[in-house]
Parts: sequence; structure tokens; C-alpha cells
Amino acid sequence: MRILSLIATRLAKAVVVLLLIVIANFLLIHAAPGDPAAVMAGEAGAADEKFIAQLRERFGLDQPFLVQLWTYVKGVLQLNLGYSYRQQAPVLDLILERLPATLLLTLTAFVISLTLGVVSGVVAAARQGKWTDSLVTSLALLFYATPLYWLALMAVLLFSVQLGWLPGYGYETIGSDATGLAHALDVARHLVLPALTLGLFFTAIYMRMTRASMLEVSGMDFVKTAKAKGLSPGRVQRRHVLRNALLPVVTLAGLQAGQLVGGAVLTETVFAWPGIGRLMFDALAQRDYNLLLGILLISAALVIAFNILTDVIYSIVDPRIGAAP
Amino acid sequence: MSVLAIRDLAIRLPRGADRAYAVDGISFDLAAGEILCVVGESGSGKSMAANAIMGLLPDLVRVERGTATFEGRDLLALPERAKQAIRGDRIAMIFQEPMTALNPLMRIGEQIAEVFEAHGKLSPRERRERAVALAAEVGLPDPAAIVHSYPFQLSGGQRQRAMIAMALALEPSILIADEPTTALDVTTQAQILDLIRNLQHRHGMAVMFITHDFGVVAEIATRVIVMRHGEIVEEGERETVLNAPQHDYTKRLLAAVPSDVVPTAGAVRDTPMLEVQHLRKTYTTGGGLFAKPRVTHAVDDVSFAIAKGEVLGLVGESGSGKSTVGRCLVRLVEPDGGSVTIDGEEITSLDAAGLRRARRRAQMVFQDPYASLNPRTKIARAIAQGPIAAGTPRREAMADARRLLETVGLDASAADRYPHEFSGGQRQRIGIARALAMRPELIIADEAVSALDVSIQAQVLELLRDLKDRFGLSILFITHDLRVAAQLCDRIAVMQKGRLVEIGKVADVFLNPQDDYTKRLLAAVPGATWTGALESA
Repeated sequence: MRILSLIATRLAKAVVVLLLIVIANFLLIHAAPGDPAAVMAGEAGAADEKFIAQLRERFGLDQPFLVQLWTYVKGVLQLNLGYSYRQQAPVLDLILERLPATLLLTLTAFVISLTLGVVSGVVAAARQGKWTDSLVTSLALLFYATPLYWLALMAVLLFSVQLGWLPGYGYETIGSDATGLAHALDVARHLVLPALTLGLFFTAIYMRMTRASMLEVSGMDFVKTAKAKGLSPGRVQRRHVLRNALLPVVTLAGLQAGQLVGGAVLTETVFAWPGIGRLMFDALAQRDYNLLLGILLISAALVIAFNILTDVIYSIVDPRIGAAP
Repeated sequence: MSVLAIRDLAIRLPRGADRAYAVDGISFDLAAGEILCVVGESGSGKSMAANAIMGLLPDLVRVERGTATFEGRDLLALPERAKQAIRGDRIAMIFQEPMTALNPLMRIGEQIAEVFEAHGKLSPRERRERAVALAAEVGLPDPAAIVHSYPFQLSGGQRQRAMIAMALALEPSILIADEPTTALDVTTQAQILDLIRNLQHRHGMAVMFITHDFGVVAEIATRVIVMRHGEIVEEGERETVLNAPQHDYTKRLLAAVPSDVVPTAGAVRDTPMLEVQHLRKTYTTGGGLFAKPRVTHAVDDVSFAIAKGEVLGLVGESGSGKSTVGRCLVRLVEPDGGSVTIDGEEITSLDAAGLRRARRRAQMVFQDPYASLNPRTKIARAIAQGPIAAGTPRREAMADARRLLETVGLDASAADRYPHEFSGGQRQRIGIARALAMRPELIIADEAVSALDVSIQAQVLELLRDLKDRFGLSILFITHDLRVAAQLCDRIAVMQKGRLVEIGKVADVFLNPQDDYTKRLLAAVPGATWTGALESA
């Protein structure tokens, strides 16, 4: 019941925040130089005044700014994110079409980085100061310090071009009409390299956080209490140290989960992964205002959703927060 | 009959520590059915000795020589697994900080039941039943329900009871209690001491009770060991050590214990330095769309005055609102209502500039001398910062800082050192010098000596008394310790749950308390009967 009330309160606030974000994005984009009508007309090779004026009228760009804003906000409230003039399709359809691929990639990478990061962090903390600790820490740091696109390119070169083990680009084998399990396996093979690249990059953050947090908690009074009870070292670590040490990791994971949609632009570009990231990149290059606004709105909504989810999870794992009156 | 025999125990500290040995060749026996108090100031090695017996020494600290014979085996020579089997089963331990000694994410019952699990005893169901029974035995309210609570839902005293329940679970023959009541309020402390004494009696355990407080010793000890710098300087029955100490150090420690001997009140002048009227502060926490906010009246209609050159003690337990009062006076916390005047000037309505000027006249000294100094700032600078900010030329302020260091009994060379190079008592002197640098007329000392060892505490109190006389300072002395308040103050005000329940001359409040709560507080002071005995002796 308490958690339901927490969610309800947060959702109500989220709606307000989202509206403010919509308005802010709208203002920012319209403040940027460049007129989509002029760009379109230019590309069509007919940059004469009359054609541009015609385009403007068609897309409502001749309306006063506030009217444009109001029209847009009204649309958003009715779940209508507008129409992409460039792609000749409703924005929502375009986004929904790409969203699954992006979520598949980023969620896989998220799970990889979280699991690998926590496990290696625990190992490093348990062997603090020994060579295992140094090895794990340095490896994680290496992946973190390496520019993501370079790592991606090297992975493609090694595993795809040289060894030929895995496909180096795309979401599925073009032209194959495999269905069911065969199709899933095909997608999975395509997923390995981008997901690993993206996942390894974030592993370092979780690893360091887990390690530092484990070491900090190890020095706390209740850990001494646990030892004084006669618990075995393993049990002390699992039940008392790890559980408490994971609290900050949950916070961090929540923050990162919010970036699942927007955070994979580079990876998607290098691996030609047909996701939101590339859609956004194209929209930006082509001044596709509506599409860009739509993507920004959806990623903002996801950030807020994951924030709420993090708070809910936190209130479950940490009774002090969940039960606060 | 001795259940534990310590012989020639030496514990080596890591290189770079302030001395080579934490404990240097101590020997003593712990007899069945006795409560042995190990007394000493911080750094005396008393806790290290206990941790060595439990096999819980910090990583870099190790036992260099000696034996600890328990049930025919040398605890110190046992392999880790065997030590683990003894911990919590045959020898149990409770700690100083009940607020942090319990796992915040586990229910109380689970944490009690875990002791049985650790030693592979009973079925899960029996463990749960025993946890409830133990909670009942240590006097936790509504045991069947409280085992489902989390630590944060319990008070400090209740948490310490839960710790004791864990320690008792397997009927150990030795209970080691490391300052178990130090962090508790005086009335709670009295209850926990009672509980430990009763349980010791009922279960026939031997208790090794570590404390720095001779009042507690007088309450609970059968025998006493006094430790200093890792060595035992005195050992004997309680009465002998308390009433006829042999060693100089014991004598000094005992002399430094604040007693009920009430000092003659200074001539109180009539002009009020500080006047507080109908002060209020309310905190509202929680609350959302659906939840009702919780309202706490931290300060509820409090009025008092302090004359020029007077020391008023503001006494109360934690949560009584005494610190909030102190903070409201200089608007570190904004009061919700009422009036505060310092030397006739209304503080509550001042704008930012006026408040800055007024704050020069009223300075605070805080409890934790470790946390209230910036570790990266040299002492002279820390002291001079205030005056410089208020417009005193830098050179002048720095010179004044050096003079002030001498005033508070430190060497002027201390000026160029960093806070970590000083002991707790020295840091508190620095804190006082920092307050004096502003040439205040009123000092608000919030638990200023509470974190200090008793002999250091006595020195700082002496310093405050001296400064008061020399500079004619008015002092609001906020403390939870009635005995300390009695030593320094002219009058005492007692707070409970945000209200001022009693105010009067020290002698009147002590000898003829009017309010029930004051009476309870006084009765709970540990060693109350012993101090009386000393006086008549």
C-alpha cells in the first residue's frame, strides 16, 4: 500500500516534469539556427521562395511560435507525437519500430555490465591489495578508458573480419528468411559484439562502485557483530556485507538504466544496429524537428520511469526508506 | 573459579602507530559469576584486549605473545575455525554503538536467530521461537511483533537489548561488554546496567565489562582493573579501588570524575545577556500526496534568561531539543516563533548583515572536536578565519590567534600545525580559542566536553571556568551529563521532549528537584550512591 502511494505520488510529479521537458526541448530546438523548410527545399533542388513558403504553410511553420508550441503540446497530450516530413511517417510509428532493437541491445549490455561489474567488484574487494585485485581493477579500467568506438572497431576487426566468428554489423542476416528459433539465434549472433562492447565499457563503473562499497561496509560495526556471532567468513560477506554494499550499486544502475535509449548512439552507428540511436542521429542531421522531439521525449520518459522504478526497488531492499512515514 | 586466565598478553600495533604495543604484557583472571570492570581512557588498550580474546583484532594488529586459557584451551593459539566456533557460543560480545551494531537491512528476529544458525543449532522454526523468547527475556516490548521490526524502528536502548539477546542466545559462559552504555541516555543506561546485572545473576555468566566511566563501575563491578597505555596499573575489589585507590593514575582519574559536590555559585548579576521567550521550533517530516506528515515539536514554548557572567546548564536526553535551542539562538536553525535577544538586540528579526554582526557576540563550541575543524586548514588560520571575515586585518588576526592558543593552554607553535596532529582535548581547546577569537559575550557550548576522556574533560571544564571569570563571559552549557553540568554551571535548566520542565540554582535542582523527570534523571546517574559514600568518607 505504501509502495502504491509512493508510485502514485511519483507518477503525478512525472507528468508535470515531462510537460516541462517537452516545452524546454521545443524551445531549444527552435532556438537553434536552421530552418527545416529551407533544408528540405534545398535538398529537393528547388530553393525558391515560393516553394519554401508552401512547405512552411503545409507543416504549420508559418504559425506564430506560441501557436506551434500549443499545437505540439496538445498533440503530445493525445499521444500524437506529430509527423515526420522527412520520413513521411508518424513519429510514434517510427520510434516504436526502432525501439525493440535498441532495448534488446542496451538491456543486454546493461545485464552484462551489472553482473560482470558486481561479481568482479566482489572478487576484487575480497582480495584487496593482492594481484587478483590489481588484475581485475586494471582490466576494468582499460575497457573504461578505451574510446568506445575504437573498442567497437577493434572488436569487429578481430572477431568478424580476421576470425570470422561473428557478424560485424546489422541486426539480422539480410535476405535470410529464417523464422522462430533460427531467427532468434541469428539475431543473438549479431547481438554479441555490440552488446559486449557496450557492456564492458560500463562494467568498470559497477566494478569500482561495488569494490569500494564492499570495502566500506566491511569496516562497519554490524559486520563485527556478525563475526562475533560466530558466522563463517563467507556468510558474513554474503549476508551482511554484500547486501548492504549493493545499495549504492542499485542507485547507479537506476541512473544508467535511464540512459538505455539514448546511450547507445555510437555503438549503434558503428555496428549499423537499426535502433533509436541511429534514428536520432539521422533526425539531427536532417533537422527533422518532430522526430527529434519525439525521441527526446521518449528517452526522457524512460529516464523518469527508471527513476521511479529505482526508488521502488530501493524502498523494497532498504526498509529504512520504504517505511519512512 | 577462573573461567578465563590471561597471561602476559602483548598486542602489537602496526608500524607508524603512536606506540609499539596496544597491550603490553597484561595478566588477569576472570572468575565465574563476577563482573570484572576494565577501566581506562581511550587508547589504554582495554578494547584491544577484549578483541584479542574474541579473535576479532583488526587486520594489521596481532597478538605477539601471551595466552588466554578458556575451558582448557589457549584461545590465542586456536585455528580460525575453532575460534569461530567459540565466538557467539561460549563467549559472546556486545558493543558500544547500538545504532550501528545491527545490520540495517535485517529484521531483529532474523539477526537473533542467526546466532543459532551460525552454530548449526535448532530447526528454523525453533530458532524463530527462541528469538521471540529471548526478546522477551531482555525486556523488549511486544516481543512477538518486535522480532519483525528493522533496527531503525527501535530506540538506542532497545537495540542494545536486541544485541544482548543475541549475546545470550547460546548461554555463553563469558559475556564481553565493550562500553555497552556509553552511547545511551542516562535513564536508558541505568536500565541496561540493571538488565546486564540481572542476566549475569540468572545465567551465572562471567562478565568482562569495559568502560571509561567510574560511575558505571560503581554501579556494576565486582572487581576492577585499571589500564593505562596498555598496562594494568591497579587491580582490586570495587570498594577498594574506588575508595582507597593505590596508584596515582587511578587517584587522578577518580579525582577528575565530576562529583555531586556543588560549587558555590558565582555572584549573578542582574542584567540579562541573553533572553529567550516562548521559543518554538517544529519539524515536519514525510508526507506526500497520500501520507500524513509527522510533526515534531523540537522546541515547545521555551523561555529562560542568562545574566552577564552566568553559566546556565541546559540538560536533557537525546531528542529533548536542547541542541535545537542552542542552534536557534544564533539562527543556525530558524526558530518558528518566540523571541531571542542578545544584550537587548532582537535576533529573530535581523537581516543577513545584522545577523552576521550579532553572531560575533554569540559563538558556538561544538561536540565533536574531530569533525568541527577543517582537516586541511592550519590551526591559526582556522582560528583567524572568523575575525578576518568580519574585517580584522589578516596580520592582526593571525597574531591574535597565537595569543589565544596560549590563553587556552596550548603552545603558540601549534598555530602552524594541522588538526590531525592534536588530541581530542587539544582540539576542543582549539575550538574554544576559535570561539574566543570573535570576542563574544555569549558562548554556546553544545556537548563541548562529552566526547572527551574524564581527565581531559576536567581540564576543559577548568579552562571554561577560568575564561568565564577572566572575560566575564555568559555561557549556555548544553549537556546530557548532569554531573558535568553541576561542576560548571550556576543554574540548571532541564528539558524533556522540547519543553523546559525545571530551572533553578544547581543546588536546588540537585538537592530538591521539583519535577518528576528531573528526579528520574538524577536517580539514573550511575554511581549516585558511590559519590555520596566518597563524600562521607
